[in-house]
Amino acid sequence: MTSLLILIPLFSVMVLNLPSRTMMRRFAFWLSLILAASQVCLAAFFGTDLWNNANISGSFFQFNLAVDNLSRVMLFSIGIVVLAAILAGRELIKDENRQFNFTNLMLLILAGMNGVVTTVDVFSLYVFMEITAVASFVLISLQKDRDALEASFKYIIFSALASVMMLAAIALLLMVSGETGFPGISHALSNLPTSRLTLLAVSIFICGLFIKGGAMPFHGWLPDAYSAAPAPVSILLAGIVTKTLGIYTLIRIVGFVLSPNYALNNILLLVGTISIVAGALAALGQKDLKRMLSYSSISQVGYIIIGLGCGTPLGIFGAIFHLFNHSIFKSLLFTNSAAVESRTNTRNMEELGGLAERMPCTGTTSIIGFLSAAGIPPLSGFWSKIIIVVALWQAGFHAYSAIAVMAGAITLAYFLSMQRRVFFGKIKEELKSTKEANFNLLLPALLLAAITVGAGILFPFVHDTFITSFFK
Amino acid sequence: MNSEALQLFWSFGPFVILLSVIGIYCILVTYNLIRALIGVEILIKAVTLLIIVVGHVTGHTALAQALVITLIVIEVVVIAVAVGIVLGLHHHHDSLDIRKLRNLKG
Amino acid sequence: MTIDIIILIILTLAALWTVMTNTLLFAAIGLALTSAVLTIVMFRLNSPLAAVFELSVCAGLISVVFISVTTMTQPQSHQEVAQHNRDRLGRFKFLPLIIILVVLTLVILNLKPTPPLTIPEAGEDVRNIIWNQRPFDLIGQVLILLAGVFGVVILFKEKPKDE
Repeated sequence: MTSLLILIPLFSVMVLNLPSRTMMRRFAFWLSLILAASQVCLAAFFGTDLWNNANISGSFFQFNLAVDNLSRVMLFSIGIVVLAAILAGRELIKDENRQFNFTNLMLLILAGMNGVVTTVDVFSLYVFMEITAVASFVLISLQKDRDALEASFKYIIFSALASVMMLAAIALLLMVSGETGFPGISHALSNLPTSRLTLLAVSIFICGLFIKGGAMPFHGWLPDAYSAAPAPVSILLAGIVTKTLGIYTLIRIVGFVLSPNYALNNILLLVGTISIVAGALAALGQKDLKRMLSYSSISQVGYIIIGLGCGTPLGIFGAIFHLFNHSIFKSLLFTNSAAVESRTNTRNMEELGGLAERMPCTGTTSIIGFLSAAGIPPLSGFWSKIIIVVALWQAGFHAYSAIAVMAGAITLAYFLSMQRRVFFGKIKEELKSTKEANFNLLLPALLLAAITVGAGILFPFVHDTFITSFFK
Repeated sequence: MNSEALQLFWSFGPFVILLSVIGIYCILVTYNLIRALIGVEILIKAVTLLIIVVGHVTGHTALAQALVITLIVIEVVVIAVAVGIVLGLHHHHDSLDIRKLRNLKG
Repeated sequence: MTIDIIILIILTLAALWTVMTNTLLFAAIGLALTSAVLTIVMFRLNSPLAAVFELSVCAGLISVVFISVTTMTQPQSHQEVAQHNRDRLGRFKFLPLIIILVVLTLVILNLKPTPPLTIPEAGEDVRNIIWNQRPFDLIGQVLILLAGVFGVVILFKEKPKDE
């Protein structure tokens, strides 16, 4: 059953390209839409028992895959963000041929990310990370404008460095444990005395994942890639790709494969705090809307990392919940920025202003998005941040939890400043004729906003279904 | 793993590190896009060597070879896409010099 | 054992020549040379199949790609070459220093592996591992090749938009 998550997109790409491409063109959009939507529904309603049931697909496609609750959360977010990006792509990518390529790459990236979140082998993890990364290099440079090509090249170099680090770590882990599966590595590491070689392997691995996830001292490529990419691609990159490649893998490796390790937790706390504070401060100084959102993304990733770094089950749960929330509200904000850019042809916040009266729907959903990001109750971002802060406090890291709370104020400050410059205030003369964005951009925005509000208000339900399963 | 194999690992290890230092240094100091890619290639060579050596000393040569073959396929695809992007940049700038590119500021 | 060390030294020298040589063409050839020497090392470490792959794909295909991109981009002007010649040795003056630093750090760290839990498997076949134990990686290879095909189609075929 789980293997179909990878095989169906793969076969769809093949079928779309086999016969006459012209006939398939109209079909491609709907096919990808249906695939993403069905993944969302399946991930939401199917329990893990059903996913791992071998009888459904028979013994024919037996890969070594497993779905647990963390994978289910990720599958849901992947589906929803890909859905939003496909809808936005239909609206914003005009050229028909280019749009067909975009849809195909979307399917490949979907398969790649599904592979990353379901595999239980560290080398297969690398392979699928690389698939996702290659598809994103191509997607960033889809329009072939200068900034995008540059950003893409930068991303390639950083990503290759990270891959090499991961591979070296995989080789060393192979040497220590004799295999590449998660259970084997976990077993070997918990039974062997910690030698410096394993410590070296783990730290290079984590370092590579920091680069992929864009944590602060390793973030050089991230703002460029997010802001230079075409709008639908930035939704995808910021919403889910770097989170799957860097942060999900970090949670999987640190929280589920490695045994708790004091030195490692300190590194995570330090990197997380630097990301939170420096990312938020850098976001304050940006003029470009998408660049500001990119730095904000770095700052939010910091919260996930410190949640993971406190090492308690509550902290790990907070990290996972914030990962989910972040992918929802950040793709919401990027969808809004795409709507603004498509109507006004600028991302410079100095040139914008008062758009709320012209674009009421975009304005309102963007308020929901930034309030959730800043951690205002009762939106879902509030709950995940409060869980992380409480977990830090309980684990005895009082200073870190104080920094996390104070950085929340900076987050609120830069988002308010963005909101004031873009949506509030008096409308500028040249923007008077701006219209509300098209339906294809409003639908994902409304959907994502509804999820943010829903997960916040129904938090007791989320708490009961998920927290209990993580504490087992 | 016997002591002989371990000794083999320790005599190969320094060369892996040397190769990776050369690769990283090449990426850091060069101003040319293709040279940066060549640095990446040398890094990948270093890690290929490491995987093969580990496979040899642990007796998992078959597994190590399977990993290396997959790695080589991935390497080729990444380099092909990167070269495409370099050509696109060359089309815009008529140059491969990184110093002429920097209109994005990190 | 000694012959292995000699081959490894040649490998390192080839890599050094690759990064320090003055034209891109020589750098591409140096990379092919590095790959070829690596192939010998792999043969000597009982990995013939991976060695064949390395030789045909890395030493062959990737060098062809690099050499063709070097010729497709305009050759550097004489001034640039001269500038590069002046710079390149200066640029590498920190390399020995960094190598010494890295070696020192590693000596201080004193990495000692603990013996692994597993016993070496005897006579496992590569084909068996690829096809029966790791089919997921094969699916991954198909996917990444498809992504690469789209990348090449988009980046090489379509005309770039003129600004």
